[in-house]
Amino acid sequence: MNLRQNLGIALESLRANKLRSALTMLGIIIGVAAVIVLMSIGSGTQATVVSRISSLGSNLVFVRPGAPQQGGVRQAQGSAATLTMEDAEALNDPARAPSIALVAPEFSTGGQVVAGNRNVSSRVVGVTELYPDVRNYTVSEGEFIGKQNVDARSLVAVLGSNVAANLFPDSTALGASIKINRQQFRVIGVLASKGGTGLGFEDDVVMVPISTAMTRLASQRSVQGGRSVSVINVQVVNEQEIDEAKEQIAQILRERHRVTGEDDFTVTSQEDTLSTLTQVTGVFTAFLGSIAGISLLVGGIGIMNIMLVSVTERTREIGIRKAVGAKRRDILSQFLVEATVMSVLGGGTGLAIGILISRLVSGMTLNGQPLVTVVSPEIVALAVTVSAAVGLFFGIYPATRASRLHPIEALRYE
Amino acid sequence: MADATPPVIQIQDLTKTYYIGDLAVPALRGVDLTIQRGEMVAIMGPSGSGKSTLMNIIGCLDTPTSGAYALDGADVSGLSDDQLAEIRNRKIGFVFQSFNLLARTSALGNVELPLVYAGAPDRRQRAIQALDRVGLGDRINHRPNELSGGQQQRVAIARAIVNHPAILLADEPTGALDSRTSEEIMAIFQSLNREEGITVIFVTHEQEIAHHTRRVIYIRDGVVQQEEGVEAPIDAATLLAHRVALELESEESTSEVPA
Repeated sequence: MNLRQNLGIALESLRANKLRSALTMLGIIIGVAAVIVLMSIGSGTQATVVSRISSLGSNLVFVRPGAPQQGGVRQAQGSAATLTMEDAEALNDPARAPSIALVAPEFSTGGQVVAGNRNVSSRVVGVTELYPDVRNYTVSEGEFIGKQNVDARSLVAVLGSNVAANLFPDSTALGASIKINRQQFRVIGVLASKGGTGLGFEDDVVMVPISTAMTRLASQRSVQGGRSVSVINVQVVNEQEIDEAKEQIAQILRERHRVTGEDDFTVTSQEDTLSTLTQVTGVFTAFLGSIAGISLLVGGIGIMNIMLVSVTERTREIGIRKAVGAKRRDILSQFLVEATVMSVLGGGTGLAIGILISRLVSGMTLNGQPLVTVVSPEIVALAVTVSAAVGLFFGIYPATRASRLHPIEALRYE
Repeated sequence: MADATPPVIQIQDLTKTYYIGDLAVPALRGVDLTIQRGEMVAIMGPSGSGKSTLMNIIGCLDTPTSGAYALDGADVSGLSDDQLAEIRNRKIGFVFQSFNLLARTSALGNVELPLVYAGAPDRRQRAIQALDRVGLGDRINHRPNELSGGQQQRVAIARAIVNHPAILLADEPTGALDSRTSEEIMAIFQSLNREEGITVIFVTHEQEIAHHTRRVIYIRDGVVQQEEGVEAPIDAATLLAHRVALELESEESTSEVPA
């Protein structure tokens, strides 16, 4: 008795009971399709998050002020104003920090931006000329803030595409005069939109020279010292050297800040953020998958149910087979193959339906966010393997029962 | 046939007791039976006499409670289920009253079945040969529901002999057939017994069918009650030829069902 003959018997038996086989397979079909659709949504979300994080710039390391100790009480992280422009300049040292390619400090504040009779509330970021290279911004009109603007503390601004569109819906923003917190600035450039690829807020920004921001705009914000930067963005020469870069940054800053105990700054890489978010979306995907897995389990129980009915119905056939010399394992494998064939056929159909549905779902929007689905080979392999395993597992009990039937009792069964 | 070879079936003091709850129901109470190779034997007895139980044990479908049973010179009373399955496959051919064919499988597929479990090569060819032997060479692709009762029983006989068994066991093989078809089936049994030396043992409750053999064994209350030798056993082929001649003469064949 070989596998090919068992397959033949299984297919013949499934054909003989078409409706019943189809209904049994329906359980597996729905289960597998649900797994495919839900997990593809999960992986789609994951892929979206990853691509948005990556669009911020590649090989990034962020240095932020740490949590200060004040009288033994640990303050909130980032509330210390310990990072200065001089720290940023010190990091730009190829001799001591060879893994660092570019350093771009930024000073973030918020502000009321007014042009004519229109005004918007926007994030205002003080930057240096290297900022667009580090954070993947490009200028669509005009030019970006230059080194001379930073040195001269010029009152010039570059608008994010959303801000430009809001303030100047009909005319060009270039050359126009705007007010940020009642200070007059000239618009010298407009940033290209990052569109749907970013995290959504990159286009709601106004950029000014960091020197101007710290001296002219910082007074509006209660910042200790006034001359401290919010974040130092560091671009590492390549992906492999991120850990070295983090170590070099930490060494330089510890020395400069004369740190003895806990660091007064934190260094996080984009990879850290990415891995955290990947973890979160991974849990989300697994959660969706396990919900769908329950329906696959129910489908498997359906197979067991039908196989038990089938064994009872075919008791006489089993008796005949045993009378002419079928051994236990012959009968066992016959019914196991039948259960597995049913679940694999169901799994294949479910796979096709699942892929189809996830394609259809892919274009739709949910709460304004486009739904992205990714059917990865892993998901497909998982769904097919699990459905075959379900058939095999839930086939074992009925098949064992069939194989243990006594030939005489089986032959007498009506 | 020859005394030098061991008897194909040698049974000594065989008992079989069924248990229904705590109640012991003896079906066989000590049967002694020897059947030589090449014999054709009929077993008769009223219902409940234990003749079917004896057939099942001879056919290795069931195991005795006590006693010795040697098939083809080898003791089979202590074998496991799978070992018995192998014996059934290689040494025993079964023919049942209700044919017991796989309904969704063609005649050929049914006859191939023992060869499939034996893992034998040339299955198709050997199955066709067996079907030819019982005169069904032109019906190999018919399913059981497309065949008459007599034809179905012939498929069952082909299935029983396809593996060249030592013994052919038939449990009321003509019980579901009319007299003429019964005669045709008996003709096949006699021909297999005479021409190929297959040992044939069958259970029947019809005296006329039993008298196709030289030896009739009567079973009653789980023991062999008596044995009867038949001086001139009926020859089914001659009888059939005679009947055909009669029918041609009188042309009163309307009541007969052609096979």
